[in-house]
Amino acid sequence: MRHILSILIENEAGALSRVVGLFSQRNYNIETLTVAPTEDPTLSRLTLTTHGDEREIEQITKQLNKLIEVVKLVDLSEGDHIERDLMLIKVKASGAQRAEIKRCADIFRGQIVDVSSSIYTIQLVGASSKLDAFIEAVGDANVLETVRTGVSGLSRGEKVLAL
Amino acid sequence: MLSGADSLVRSLQDQGVEYIYGYPGGSALHIYDAVFRQDKVKHVLVRHEQAATHMADGYARATGKPGVVLVTSGPGATNTITGIATAYMDSVPMVVISGQVMTHLIGGDAFQETDMMGVSRPVVKHNLSVQNPAEIPTIIKKAFHIATTGRPGPVVVDIPKDMTTPGEEYSYEYPREVNIRSYNPPVRGHAGQIRKAVDMLLQAKRPIIYTGGGVVLGGASKLLIEMTRMLGYPITQTLMGLGAYPGSDRQFIGMLGMHGAYEANMAMHNADAILAIGARFDDRVTNNVEKFCPDAQIAHIDVDPSSISKTVQVDIPIVGPVDSVLTEMIALIKESEIKPDKENLSDWWAQIDEWRKRHGGRYLTNEKGLMKPQQVIECLQKLTAGDAYITTDVGQHQMFAAQYLRFEQPNRWITSGGLGTMGFGFPAAMGVQLSFPDDTVVCVTGEGSIQMNIQELSTCMQYNIPVKILNINNQSLGMVRQWQDMNYESRHSHSYMESLPDFIKLAEAYGHVGMKIEKVEDLEPMMKKALAMKDKLVFIDVYVDPSEHVYPMQVPAASMRDMWLSKTERT
Ligand SMILES: Cc1ncc(C[n+]2csc(CCOP(=O)(O)OP(=O)(O)O)c2C)c(N)n1
Ligand SMILES: [Mg+2]
Repeated sequence: MRHILSILIENEAGALSRVVGLFSQRNYNIETLTVAPTEDPTLSRLTLTTHGDEREIEQITKQLNKLIEVVKLVDLSEGDHIERDLMLIKVKASGAQRAEIKRCADIFRGQIVDVSSSIYTIQLVGASSKLDAFIEAVGDANVLETVRTGVSGLSRGEKVLAL
Repeated sequence: MLSGADSLVRSLQDQGVEYIYGYPGGSALHIYDAVFRQDKVKHVLVRHEQAATHMADGYARATGKPGVVLVTSGPGATNTITGIATAYMDSVPMVVISGQVMTHLIGGDAFQETDMMGVSRPVVKHNLSVQNPAEIPTIIKKAFHIATTGRPGPVVVDIPKDMTTPGEEYSYEYPREVNIRSYNPPVRGHAGQIRKAVDMLLQAKRPIIYTGGGVVLGGASKLLIEMTRMLGYPITQTLMGLGAYPGSDRQFIGMLGMHGAYEANMAMHNADAILAIGARFDDRVTNNVEKFCPDAQIAHIDVDPSSISKTVQVDIPIVGPVDSVLTEMIALIKESEIKPDKENLSDWWAQIDEWRKRHGGRYLTNEKGLMKPQQVIECLQKLTAGDAYITTDVGQHQMFAAQYLRFEQPNRWITSGGLGTMGFGFPAAMGVQLSFPDDTVVCVTGEGSIQMNIQELSTCMQYNIPVKILNINNQSLGMVRQWQDMNYESRHSHSYMESLPDFIKLAEAYGHVGMKIEKVEDLEPMMKKALAMKDKLVFIDVYVDPSEHVYPMQVPAASMRDMWLSKTERT
């Protein structure tokens, strides 16, 4: 199963490489990884998605918690949560296609952020599955380039991940 | 006001460091100058940085205090990696200070630059790099705090040369404590879980206590003895756990695992309740985890939550320091209404005693009159009787030592369990001997392993370190050869040791004593003589049967009860 781990980590040189190193040393996979400082400049927040069964995820979270610089950690997928991934996608858009792509972007609540005579660059935000669905909708053959930020997320309701 | 170098050395003094084991070089020269200008912390100059780490490791395992290493950047730093990894796998507290090239040179492939932070990362508990000389005392305090608390382990402190420049001075204060918000090792176990474990134990029909290095490291040997005696249950220990419970006690049923005692492995396999304490269900213990102890409920005490249910799913996890958890368990056992069922227990012991009769550590003496390695260890046992500090290298000799020596106290059995590092034993023995000058320290080794750090004979000459090297010389990489006998139709691919040096002359070249023993009848008198030379390093070179195997040996990928008991006999 896919899990979204959200981690508060000391904003220090080398902290990120410890997390990444842990995954490769222990033969775990990282599907997506995003990291940025938080409103507290001493902390970074790192979100990563990984696959594994119960026991693997339990080991991964225990090992992550063991890293000295990891302050707090939560598996967002254990409860209700909001998940967002941002994609910029360049698609062929000429002739009759142009309107079709535009319509598709509208349906997915995408924004066209750059335009040329034969290309639209569209920005799309949502759960990863929604971004996948968009690619499918416009058709693989029309896609020239994509870039995604990777998943970030928060749990719903009162729960917060903070010091 | 102190320079970075002086503040580093002063911090080590204030931390109570007795010894630094190290080797100088460019990036560490300011520090070495500061070491020179004081005499509180003694520096021991090794002949290879790997040996420095093993010395620190031996010191730490014997004293319970963190070992300290000082090396230069580049090759000095990389030479420590095997020793750091050895300490990491066995959770030994250690602080390794490595010099680094000057900050402005980092990243530019400068002379003797290696990314020590990156290179050491997978084999340390943590590493820290100094970016401001004023922070040195705090960083050193942090390093020791992390190395010694929770599950102990090695910590590297990487110090660029410009952090230690003479003349650039900073105010000095060694912090009394440090608080690391993201690091809070558990201080006690969960009361409800502890109660559950006690209930499980008291209701068991075929209970067993299985303990590991965590009990030794956690200083919980006395509590373990108290609880085990109170319960009257059998106890088995891992290679790392030996000594935490007296080896000659009737309740001790031997080491378990790949080369464990027949009765220990049988008792584990047939147990209905296992209390695992400070042990980590290593693959050298469990054999195939799918077939591991099918009838047992398992409670597991460990200070490191990631050790629990890592390889074997347990029923009652208890995260906490072994000493505090055992204290609570003892209190609960005392006040509990339930008492161990005497009848069940005596049936269980009757069964174990049956198993004991089956193998009981027997081996065949050689008809050609060749000495057996087991005889050498038995002789050592007879002459030292659990009193000496024993270190080992890795191979058959290590297993024979584990099987045939009886450890009566913790911290006296010092062996590389997790990493299995050949070359560990001799420097580790040196580290022990320096701190226990009046005790007998024996390194049980093989002619393969000893040659991996034999240069330290020179260090022993310089500091007059009178360890006894017991070289079980089978003229082969015996453990490799055994596997080749068993799995590769005796094709001995590169497992022989030809062109051995004359170890006697070699020892003598360094001013030590060498003794060669070839006949069984010479064994005891000569070993006695060697051990009596209190102030001399004696290299005892004992020629033994090269074809001997270590048994029992678990059958690969099977359960704990599946063992070879000799070359021809299988369970
Ligand atoms: C540094 C290192 N290299 C290789 C090995 C693999 N290995 C394990 S035991 C062994 C043979 C050791 O030979 P020796 O020291 O003579 O001991 P014996 O088994 O003969 O008693 C080897 C090569 C190891 N454990 N460590
Ligand atoms: Mg050998």
